[in-house]
Amino acid sequence: MKARAARAWEWLIERAIQAAGAAAIIFVVLIFVFLLRDALPAVRDTAIGGLLAGKTWLPTAEPPKFGLLPLILGSLYVTVGALIISVPLGVACAAFISEVAPAWLRETLKPTVEMLATIPSVVFGFLGLLLVGPWLAERLGLPVGLFAALGSVMLALMAMPTIVSVSEDAIRSVPTALRRNSLALGATQWQTIWRVVLPAARTGIVAAVLLGLGRAIGETMTVLMVTGNAAVIPHGVEGFLRPVRTMTATIAAEMGETAHGTSHYHALFAIGLLLFVITFLTNTVAHMAVRRSSRMR
Amino acid sequence: MESSGANSDSVIRSEGEVKVEARGLDLFYGEFQALRGVSVAVAARRITALIGPSGCGKSSFLRCLNRMNDLIDGARVEGDVLLDGERIYDQGTDVAALRKRVGMVFQTPNPFPMSVYDNVAYGPRLHGCRGRAELDETVEKSLRGAALWDEVRDGLRKSALDLSGGQQQRLSIARVLAVEPEVLLMDEPCSALDPTATFRIEELMLELKERYTIVIVTHNMYQASRVSEYTGVFLMGELIEYGQTTQIFEMPRDQRTDDYVRGRFG
Repeated sequence: MKARAARAWEWLIERAIQAAGAAAIIFVVLIFVFLLRDALPAVRDTAIGGLLAGKTWLPTAEPPKFGLLPLILGSLYVTVGALIISVPLGVACAAFISEVAPAWLRETLKPTVEMLATIPSVVFGFLGLLLVGPWLAERLGLPVGLFAALGSVMLALMAMPTIVSVSEDAIRSVPTALRRNSLALGATQWQTIWRVVLPAARTGIVAAVLLGLGRAIGETMTVLMVTGNAAVIPHGVEGFLRPVRTMTATIAAEMGETAHGTSHYHALFAIGLLLFVITFLTNTVAHMAVRRSSRMR
Repeated sequence: MESSGANSDSVIRSEGEVKVEARGLDLFYGEFQALRGVSVAVAARRITALIGPSGCGKSSFLRCLNRMNDLIDGARVEGDVLLDGERIYDQGTDVAALRKRVGMVFQTPNPFPMSVYDNVAYGPRLHGCRGRAELDETVEKSLRGAALWDEVRDGLRKSALDLSGGQQQRLSIARVLAVEPEVLLMDEPCSALDPTATFRIEELMLELKERYTIVIVTHNMYQASRVSEYTGVFLMGELIEYGQTTQIFEMPRDQRTDDYVRGRFG
């Protein structure tokens, strides 16, 4: 009798766990379906080419214009800028933590960097808006303290924990024997890190960068607060010093004031769908890279 | 060079030119003393074998000769090691330059995860060799020197990780040869290899000793007697006997050596 009750209990728990696992997948599918349902009318209203390549975003003009190009480029500028800052810094930080720092410093440094990830994005927005923005604008001689590169700087700070943490794991799991062999050939420590350890950890580092990219491109609150939100197409390097508007910020800023079912409403959903696809792809590639790097050992 | 009368150990000298010399060498790992007063002079362009039971300090001693023990936390060396009469534990020693002169082949081969060519070219590139033709030449020469050229000449761009264990170990040797060392330290280079691969490495050592001073640590007493001219026997961190290999194996002076080479312990 007792054994049967135990078996039933076991069965129940197994099913519960199964359901929890399935729920995660179901949620993702549901989100996708929901986005798709409300985004499709936008594609019908404005041809898909018109959406993606349209040069102006004027949703409340008459007639409204739903060109996503300025928003896509805005996101691209901010994200690429963030990567230019955070990738070298993050990988160097990871290499320092794993290869150079003494044990006690490593034990303090990694948790500290990881703690950066727990700071709410609105706090980063505050810091950018009130501290970093005015300071940078003054140094660079800019008229406004809100511009694309400021968003990049703040996003770089936010992507750092992911990049540092994941690349540090990758670097640390490079076999010690490789370092020893390199040093035994007369390499200095720096040469060993640069020529053997980092190349050996490259798939893990690529994964770290992609995960950081996923974080940066999807970030909303900080960029909404610091990038100035002007939906103009950025040009050249100078574009980094001008206000831009990202896809995420557009949705966050406009969704609250948009009537349900209007073409503006559907256009915002189309942006959401695009973001979903981009982050889904980068995450998938990142996870594939992580799996590949763990299989290689 | 004066013989080191300063410490009580008697230095057993090899005939001919001395390449590496240890004088009263003590090695500590934290509290643990791994080597006790080791004094030995290694002959140039000869093969010297170091034998002894596991944990006797023979590998630790080998690592003292190119300062690989520096990498171990808490390792501390007292006494002297001289390379061509110069102290390698002096403050100003350029350790990277020392390791370029004193190359090391490890127990298990560890090719870098790159092509065969890049593995061999790694050392020369480190030391500033950039020219395409010069690198090609060094790579070929080193691979020939390690008796691997014929097997990999058509696959230089392939990953070194795809080579067999024996090929990987010869690649390790080629990689060391490419930096043109003067001394070759080999830490049980054949322990992970099958008899055929072992035979090839032994043949190779006999060729290499024309130009290099070789010190090999081995568990295999037959290997020591086959390839070496001189043999040192370690026991509990001490060098208990050192001399010509034939003498060590045929009429050892120390009873413990006799017991060990006859397989009574080990």
